[in-house]
Amino acid sequence: MNLPWKHAIVLGASSGIGKALAEELLKSGARVALVARRMEAMESIASTNGDKALVYAHDVRDYSAIPRLFQQITKDLGGLDLVIYASGAMPAVDEHEYDFAKDREMLETNLLGGVAWLDEAAKRFEQTKTGTIVGISSVAGERGRRGSPAYCTSKAAITTFLESLRNRLSRYGVTVVTIKPGFIDTEMTRGKPGIFWLISAEEAARRILDASRSGGTAYIPGRWRYVMFVIKAIPSFVFKHLPV
Amino acid sequence: MASLLPNDHLERIKGWGGAVASDGYVWRPSTTDQLKDVFALAGESKRLVTIRGAGRSYGDASLGSENVVLDMTRMNRILEWDPATGVIRCEAGVTIEQLWKYCIPDGWWPPVVSGTMYPTLGGVLGMNIHGKNNFKVGPIGDHVLAFDFMFTNGETRTVNRESDVDLFYAAIGGFGMLGVFTSVTLQMKKVYSGFLEVESIVTKDLHELFEVFLERVPQSDYLVGWIDAFATGSKLGRGQIHQANYLKPGEDPNPAQSLRVENQELPNNILGFFPKSVVWLFLRPLTNQLGWRFVNWAKYLASAIAPKGKKFKQSHAGFAFLLDYVPDWKRSYGPGGLIQYQSFIPKETAEAAFRKQFEMSKANGNVPLLAVFKRHRPDKFLMSHAVDGFSLALDYKVTESNREAIWKLAREMNEVVLAAGGRFYFAKDATLTPDAFKRFLGAETIDKFLSLKRKYDPENLLATDLSKRLLGDLHSLTNRTPSQVSEKVESIIS
Repeated sequence: MNLPWKHAIVLGASSGIGKALAEELLKSGARVALVARRMEAMESIASTNGDKALVYAHDVRDYSAIPRLFQQITKDLGGLDLVIYASGAMPAVDEHEYDFAKDREMLETNLLGGVAWLDEAAKRFEQTKTGTIVGISSVAGERGRRGSPAYCTSKAAITTFLESLRNRLSRYGVTVVTIKPGFIDTEMTRGKPGIFWLISAEEAARRILDASRSGGTAYIPGRWRYVMFVIKAIPSFVFKHLPV
Repeated sequence: MASLLPNDHLERIKGWGGAVASDGYVWRPSTTDQLKDVFALAGESKRLVTIRGAGRSYGDASLGSENVVLDMTRMNRILEWDPATGVIRCEAGVTIEQLWKYCIPDGWWPPVVSGTMYPTLGGVLGMNIHGKNNFKVGPIGDHVLAFDFMFTNGETRTVNRESDVDLFYAAIGGFGMLGVFTSVTLQMKKVYSGFLEVESIVTKDLHELFEVFLERVPQSDYLVGWIDAFATGSKLGRGQIHQANYLKPGEDPNPAQSLRVENQELPNNILGFFPKSVVWLFLRPLTNQLGWRFVNWAKYLASAIAPKGKKFKQSHAGFAFLLDYVPDWKRSYGPGGLIQYQSFIPKETAEAAFRKQFEMSKANGNVPLLAVFKRHRPDKFLMSHAVDGFSLALDYKVTESNREAIWKLAREMNEVVLAAGGRFYFAKDATLTPDAFKRFLGAETIDKFLSLKRKYDPENLLATDLSKRLLGDLHSLTNRTPSQVSEKVESIIS
């Protein structure tokens, strides 16, 4: 795939969509900084990509470390034109479970970590008047489903955050992309009930990068746009009876 | 731990041609003390330093991705001027424009100027620029009496040919790798009129261009050729030569008048009413293969039907700064910008090599929109681009879709240039490979240059995107000891 980016940071690059995105970017010839908690998975990618892949062990909830790490990474990469926030947590939540620890983990990983990292990216790109910011949100952010209140909240919030960034930064020539995947075959979805239209993480990564050239909001795969159009239109008094 | 650099110093910097760009942390000191502070800051934050003048190099010579970029344009004071001897001392951020405008009313003109008046003297020395009179007077370095030079440790030394011969001949033309010029003392050229006497000569093919050039060289002060790069077959290399000569004392009846700055200024309007500032916008739809095929054809036709042997008067600025006639003309090339491929080839092999370059461009599908031809002579500078021969500068429009093809063409043309014993010029370069760099300079020259770098920049702090591209590994060594660096240097050279 011929991609316009030469220096990229991928947050959450140890597994799932983040890992597939990092691999796809490396294949296109970009230098990629892989950032995640789990080093082993990233190191296996780094070992086959020479100095093109740089790895950093980091928990996105370690907010105070981010500004310094961000500047270190941009220095190590030798530039920056793409930041992808793909870190995400979706622990199994029972329908009767109200576990603040789990909810907090989701909100911190899916939302606050994203805000902290993308603030740095936005600050930089506003100065350099170039660059692409990609946030992996989810179709789950479009309605408050009974399944996982905090997960839906985190995704709705990051969607709104990305929209705000887009509205702030488009005048500076910065592209901000909101990605709303449907079901992707990753650790996060494996074994979960009610999964359909599953596509591989690799296929999703290719589609995400393709969509990221132009900005705006992209559903992956694209047919989810129409599904969500219908789902969003369902009145609340009906939706609350639906088993989703 | 390295300290954080303030985000508000971060800027996107483009090479002048607009085809290459990178982000750096830019500082614009106005005094030598501030300059020292920038070096200290770079050391604390463990960043490399890129020295940048006006940013008029076409490629990546003044870019430093993620580096501290030292923009010298605010150090732009004229320090001393002696109108009796024509010796001037300026800070390095003074531009050619400031220089000529300051001196011309006293009857002095810069001995060497580029086709644009906007470069700074620091940049001019770093690249050791040449002009249309290179065959006669050499590069700008040959007219430098002395310069003040700051090393990365903050120490400054005054350098001239006698005091420090190696440093003098390596720092000039050393593309900002050894230290930063803080001031320059220059010998200006006495002129007796604000005008030059110019003659235009049409040449029907490349061979005639060479013949006319060789014939005219002994009696010319300036010579420059333009070539219609779209012409093929028997017309390949057809073009026009401009010869210019200084007026002798007494030839201008009123030199005080012609030497006034306002009589040198380039006109603001075309045909008296059309503002030049928007011309690039109208050129934009024309700036492609088809449009410029027509422009080149029309220019050739106009020169071919003009009366032969007629001489006319033109101001120094009007003749010298052809590139400044249309402000922002590079914008007509669109968002992909342009690169200029300029090679310098010995006189014995130049004609065949240039012919080959035109043919290769055509086969590649990317004919240069502008082609300019000059005569050169060798000089004593270590990293010299000059040869006893000719140079051909080819401007290529770069787009997203032709970028790879252009870079490939440049690499292929490198082989032609190297086989012909040619050289390259860092002020123009955007495509040279480390291999071609080593081959044109030779191991001995590179070794000598790097040993000077080890001596004067032992921490290997000075780097640009160009030097990273050409020297590669050398720049990953910032945090190592000099002996480790020197070991690595040996391995790179071998």
